[in-house]
Amino acid sequence: MEAVLLRARGVPDSRVIATYLAAGGYEGWKKALAMAPDAVTREVTDSELRGRGGAGFPTGRKWSFVPKDHPGPRYLICNADESEPGTFKDREIIEHDPHQVIEGIAIASYAVGAKTAYIYIRGEFVRWARILEEAIEEARRAGFLGKNVLGSGFDLDVWVHRGAGAYICGEETALLESLEGKRGFPRLKPPFPAVVGAFGKPTVVNNVETLACVPHIMTRGAHWFASIGRPRNTGPKLFSVSGHVNRPGVYELPLGVTFREIIYEHCGGIRGGRKLKAFFPGGTSAPIMTAAEVDVQADFDACGQAGTMLGSGGVIVLDETVDMVEAAANVAHFYAHESCGQCTPCREGADWCKDVLDRMVEGHARAADPETLLRICRFSSSGMTICPLGDAYALPISSMVNKFREEFDRRIGTATPLPQKKLPVLPWAGPRPGFGV
Amino acid sequence: MSTRPLVAAPPETIAEVTFDATLEERIVDLLRRYPTRRAAILPVLWLCQERYGWISPGVIRAVAQRLGESPAFVEGVVSFYTMYYTRPPARYVLQVCTTLSCAYCGGKELVEHLKGRLGISFGEKTPDGEFQLIGVQCLGACGGAPVVQINDDYYEQVDIKRLDGLLDELTGRR
Repeated sequence: MEAVLLRARGVPDSRVIATYLAAGGYEGWKKALAMAPDAVTREVTDSELRGRGGAGFPTGRKWSFVPKDHPGPRYLICNADESEPGTFKDREIIEHDPHQVIEGIAIASYAVGAKTAYIYIRGEFVRWARILEEAIEEARRAGFLGKNVLGSGFDLDVWVHRGAGAYICGEETALLESLEGKRGFPRLKPPFPAVVGAFGKPTVVNNVETLACVPHIMTRGAHWFASIGRPRNTGPKLFSVSGHVNRPGVYELPLGVTFREIIYEHCGGIRGGRKLKAFFPGGTSAPIMTAAEVDVQADFDACGQAGTMLGSGGVIVLDETVDMVEAAANVAHFYAHESCGQCTPCREGADWCKDVLDRMVEGHARAADPETLLRICRFSSSGMTICPLGDAYALPISSMVNKFREEFDRRIGTATPLPQKKLPVLPWAGPRPGFGV
Repeated sequence: MSTRPLVAAPPETIAEVTFDATLEERIVDLLRRYPTRRAAILPVLWLCQERYGWISPGVIRAVAQRLGESPAFVEGVVSFYTMYYTRPPARYVLQVCTTLSCAYCGGKELVEHLKGRLGISFGEKTPDGEFQLIGVQCLGACGGAPVVQINDDYYEQVDIKRLDGLLDELTGRR
């Protein structure tokens, strides 16, 4: 397909506003400003654009939840806290085409009536935060942001807000807490952010890629957007492919393409001529798929029907050399580290899974371990926690145990008893200067 | 691309902190962006880390006082996130991604090599204060696995040879 979101990739000086304008940039913003905000939302609703951050919620509907009659300020937030393992698409958009994101932010802000927008970007992305700040400054000087944008009477400020290292802040309510200057603890929903969001005001949180789609919907129309992909799964989608493929990277493909096409055609197949064993379709938070499931279509509904999820479109490919117990332990380490600690099933469960899996990897599996893992996962999924991080570790780990059970059972047959149990002692890194200890 | 070394203020110099005019000006500019002072905590901490190299208890007290929060609240925020250094960092902080794609595309070997070459484990500094090794979770650059972040800069598709070259270059530049 024709490149839409990645059309600037490979173009010289693609980040500069002049290049963006030459390619028809900010035309969507001009068009939106000439429309009523509701009409803009309707156009996005008609395009059937679904959120690209992971949940796949219809973007137009999300915007329409913002109360029309709310007196005070509202906020738009661009979620650039890209942290889902296997996902690196938002960074690609920002690297090559930051103005596309800013234009999307402007249009979305106008549609929901927000005069202030924040881009919450993960702390590690220092370079990309800088790129965005430069682009915002360019857009402001060109009159696309700031007071009385293009003489329309609409004011809009966009600020970059850097996170400081926490996966959980990609979850929208944790992001809001973090933006407000607090620890990133997810909030109970309802109320949803569209009603009570940042600073207690109505707020829309959209992913970078979602917002990057918006200018194209404005200029080329909802109908054009909906003609790409499948019904209810429309538009171009960025797939981040990593792991054991010949050509890892970010690929822009219509939703509904099969994982076979992604892995074998676009990414050149498995490295070293080896066989595919399994893959994560949408980051490690999505249940794993086996090689036999490679013909599933990569879109929200088809993945859902196959018992997994498209998530952020982060495809992690694992070849036949991968030991599933080790891979599960790696996944468990991630979530044990990233659980915010608020809810017991997630805080304790992820850590417990990690301990059990580490023990299995080290050759000390116990007969009950696979069942223990499944039990911990059951206890942490389906609404047992405030935010979806409980599911995010429970679903992949339980799917790995279920789909590759024989590998977990094999560990039991060859296991030796755990050596003399040592009391866990927290490592101490020495005194902290200034505390007088 | 050349990575700039971190410069950490000695603990005794930032036991008590007063923001100078330059820093104060930037704080005022930040406060303009948010409806609450509290929202400026993360950005102001970033400013401080840029200036002093790390977040000492003195810095925490100063930030708390400037933004009208208790030091305990600010400390709670600092400790929640992984990127604020609460002790002086080395000149070069090597953050090696240990998550799935990186681990399976050479990351594990990279970690072993680094530990051997530097003689330190995760979380430790070399005695000369030159390097610090941290095992981190997904850096969001899996297509370029394995990824190593040195201070603010990303290095992708790093193999042992390239990493050795990088470290030689960094140490040679002193």
